[in-house]
Amino acid sequence: MTAVVGVVTFPGSLDDRDAVRAVRRCGATAVRLWHADTSLHRVDAVILPGGFSYGDYLRTGAIARFAPAMESIADAARGGLPVLGICNGFQILCEAHLLPGALMRNQHLHFRNRDQRLRVGSVASAWTNAFAPDQEIVIPIKNGEGRYVADEKMLDQLEAEDRVIARYVGGNPNGSLRDIAGIRNEAGNVVGLMPHPEHAVEELTGPSLDGQGFFHSLLKHLAGSGATATR
Amino acid sequence: MARVVVDVMLKPEILDPQGQAVAGALPRLGVSGVASVRVGKRIEIEFAGAPDLDQARLIADKLLANPVIEDFTVRVEDESPRGSQTSPRPEPSAAGAAT
Repeated sequence: MTAVVGVVTFPGSLDDRDAVRAVRRCGATAVRLWHADTSLHRVDAVILPGGFSYGDYLRTGAIARFAPAMESIADAARGGLPVLGICNGFQILCEAHLLPGALMRNQHLHFRNRDQRLRVGSVASAWTNAFAPDQEIVIPIKNGEGRYVADEKMLDQLEAEDRVIARYVGGNPNGSLRDIAGIRNEAGNVVGLMPHPEHAVEELTGPSLDGQGFFHSLLKHLAGSGATATR
Repeated sequence: MARVVVDVMLKPEILDPQGQAVAGALPRLGVSGVASVRVGKRIEIEFAGAPDLDQARLIADKLLANPVIEDFTVRVEDESPRGSQTSPRPEPSAAGAAT
């Protein structure tokens, strides 16, 4: 049995197909999940892809949070289901309070689209356990609202609990506080990441193959050998 | 009409680059002396019956504002005709110009 990963499509999702492709390329089975469907179809993990769900009206992720699928995903995530939110998916996870903080308009107000160097932080998550601590990777970033903010107390707590899973190096592309590119929840099953690992899984189209590490981490986690905090 | 107005503003400690960009454009209008600008949102909610402030607060807290980064205020708008105080448009004349 291969792992089955559900990729949710919201109205306005852009990167759902790329996420499906990345999942398959990394050796898992991908199924499409529909935002209006409360059933998760017994998937082993869920990816919330990038894009502009519900037009990003009001705030990014604010309306997607109330999609029927999100209610099921939030319940399952609290029960330990691995969930990766990429870009708009990260924004949705914050709006759903599955991760702390918020993503706001880039400090310089420009959309940023480039290959971005990151330093992996916590490897104690379902989505990062295949990386070496402090490993540097390059994956694309493309966002207009990627500035991670949280109050000082929460930022201190994230650092004290080793919950920053990646930081920007070689230039902060959006003004994120403490160069944070991604975080995990306490249990380690829920991860939000602004850059796009699904765009770095093939030599033909990506700047590297570094994105594969996130999907290989999941497989390792599901096989029970992952160094995650969840079990 | 039973209208409730919700004003959503970024918390004071949250950086507002949009407001900064607006402030940065003011000298080009020939305006000086503005110390800072912050941009928020105004949302008008019309209830079918009497304005329900509790419902409006719930809507504001759960959806319209993100309490991590924003504060909101909720108020019932008074009954005076909309825009009569501030609109630059002239009041309809008694002669009924529009036909």
